[in-house]
Amino acid sequence: MSATFLGIPPFPEAAHEAVNDSRLRHNLRKATHTIRDKRASVVTELEDDWERLRSEGAAIKNHTLRHLDHYLEQLEASVERAGGHVHWAADAAEANAIVTRLVQATGETDVVKVKSMATQEIELNNALAEAGITAYETDLAELIVQLGDDLPSHILVPAIHLGRSQIREIFLDQMAEWGVPAPAGLTDDPRALAEAARVHLRERFLRTRTAISGANFAVADSGTLVVLESEGNGRMCLTLPETLISVVGIEKIVPTWADLEVFMQTLPRSSTGERMNPYTSTWTGVTPGDGPQEFHLVLLDNGRTDVLADTVGRQALRCIRCSACLNTCPVYERTGGHAYGSVYPGPIGAILTPQLRGMSSEVDEALPYASSLCGACYEVCPVAIDIPEVLVHLREEVAAGPGHLGEKAMMKGAEAVFGSSRALDAAQRAAGAARNLVPRHLPGMAGAWTDTRDLPDVPAESFRQWWNKHEKGQS
Amino acid sequence: MRIALFITCVNDTLFPETGRHVVRLLERLGHEVVFPEGQTCCGQMHYNTGYRRPAATLAVRFVRTFEDADAVVVPSGSCAAMIRDNYPRLGGSGSRLSRKVAGLAPRVYDLTELLVDVLGVTDVGAYYPHKVAYHPTCHGLRMLGLGDRPYQLLRAVRGLELVELAGATECCGFGGTFAVKNGDVSSAMGADKARHAVESGAEVLCAVDNSCLMHIGGTLSRQRSGLRVAHIAEILASTEKEGALR
Repeated sequence: MSATFLGIPPFPEAAHEAVNDSRLRHNLRKATHTIRDKRASVVTELEDDWERLRSEGAAIKNHTLRHLDHYLEQLEASVERAGGHVHWAADAAEANAIVTRLVQATGETDVVKVKSMATQEIELNNALAEAGITAYETDLAELIVQLGDDLPSHILVPAIHLGRSQIREIFLDQMAEWGVPAPAGLTDDPRALAEAARVHLRERFLRTRTAISGANFAVADSGTLVVLESEGNGRMCLTLPETLISVVGIEKIVPTWADLEVFMQTLPRSSTGERMNPYTSTWTGVTPGDGPQEFHLVLLDNGRTDVLADTVGRQALRCIRCSACLNTCPVYERTGGHAYGSVYPGPIGAILTPQLRGMSSEVDEALPYASSLCGACYEVCPVAIDIPEVLVHLREEVAAGPGHLGEKAMMKGAEAVFGSSRALDAAQRAAGAARNLVPRHLPGMAGAWTDTRDLPDVPAESFRQWWNKHEKGQS
Repeated sequence: MRIALFITCVNDTLFPETGRHVVRLLERLGHEVVFPEGQTCCGQMHYNTGYRRPAATLAVRFVRTFEDADAVVVPSGSCAAMIRDNYPRLGGSGSRLSRKVAGLAPRVYDLTELLVDVLGVTDVGAYYPHKVAYHPTCHGLRMLGLGDRPYQLLRAVRGLELVELAGATECCGFGGTFAVKNGDVSSAMGADKARHAVESGAEVLCAVDNSCLMHIGGTLSRQRSGLRVAHIAEILASTEKEGALR
């Protein structure tokens, strides 16, 4: 059983804890800046090509999304032609039920997993646990999070919030309960930690006969699925077991094999700052005598067709989960992923999560505001998702809803003041007259400002008052 | 050239000296500045917080006030970006507002764009004998794409020593209502920006936007850092004869 995001407070409150956790701040800053710098250097290498790849990637995704029904059916036919089975899941419950049933049919109670955002989104591990099936995460960071009964805090580096001494403690305390124990005398040397994980996982790979994966891409015309990873655990999961079940969001499709050319260049550079990722695995149905002999593809909707219906918000479905926006986001850098209360944290999470889940909770309503709209996320996005545009679009939806009465009153007041230059002038004169009465600490929401910042002095005279005198030659 | 000044509500109300510097600077360069009276606010606060309708009303007001201007100068990167980048989204395609915005937006300039691109001047004859760091605000950097323009202008100021600001391209954390809605994160971002500014060794931190400077300056002031903030217009308006205008 793994932890869930249920019960995490809305972003501003959750961020309060995170911002004041100096160890977390240190870990996050170091990690995000390292990846950020690496990304920048390998992107710069491509010079003008980068912008071409970026718009090409966006165009391929837009085209696929516009004709998603067609490509989904094509994918289904291709996968089945290659000997695989395709299942359709409208929501998380349906997807979990399908996967549980498929695992039960194998007679196994243990499965290995290669990190998959889709299965995290539907909380598959919990559903499997309820059916008496243990899912073992094999991605190093995901393993750390699972052993620590923790939650992932980054799309690509789920344990980004932990330092190596914390990881050592988790290994020593927990590995024995899950399989091969950590060696006695384990140090926090990264090599020693990696070796402990390797030994622990190797035994698991050789013993487990069913695997669950996600996919970075699903190629419609050939029925091929693609996973990019760095550690080789993915390749183990995809080749050693007898049965492979892949849970894939319906937006992961690309029309043809040739389309991969664009993303094979943009994804590794954007995510790990590498020209090419160490392992790229592709599989097409089943091949007798080679790899899994039974293959199931579970196509997951879970809110995606609703997102598709929103003409502004749908661009979020272009996301290829590279996490460049997380690594560059100044807000993410200071809060980490847990504060977002969702498996998709950072800027992309702030637009994707409220669209997938709907904005009926305080947690989801707060997400579109978890950004200063600085635009750094849009700048680095390899498929050019205008995240600030979608954030503002979603804020409109929040502002149109009930609640936020104080803010609505304030906005209405501002509208009245800005409704005429005369009203603005009157308000400025009133402020100027009362300038010595402004308290150092403001009450209510505005107190968030005066806690750490001094207010500017209100001038005796506004610009327009000065201008009127200037025009009359009095200045 | 006859240049219409859109002062912006924040400058008008809280930082009127920025407007005075813009007027003195442009008049010194031989241009006429006009101040269309009906102007109020660009609507950025409403727009960014999700209040689209009032933002659209203010966009209509802006267009009505400035539609006849040859050039509009905006001494605020974020307000200039609001007009140029966000107004076109407000009207809806083919609407009256969109057509008018399409005509007007290309004539709306941030101060540094006006000087470098339209008036063709990088040496404005300023004198400012101080160590200065430049903070490229997010809207100036990413939406307007000001690029090297502010640096060109600053480098041409006599007496001015431009010092490097670490983490320059990172957001200061103001973000309008973000500073209140997410006060903790905003403060943490502001504190890092303030630290970098102090570590740069500058006496003055300047930018093209008083909103960001209000946030960073408020942090610096609370920390009793001794480092002051100044809108770039103040530096460019300063001369040897008149001294640093305040």
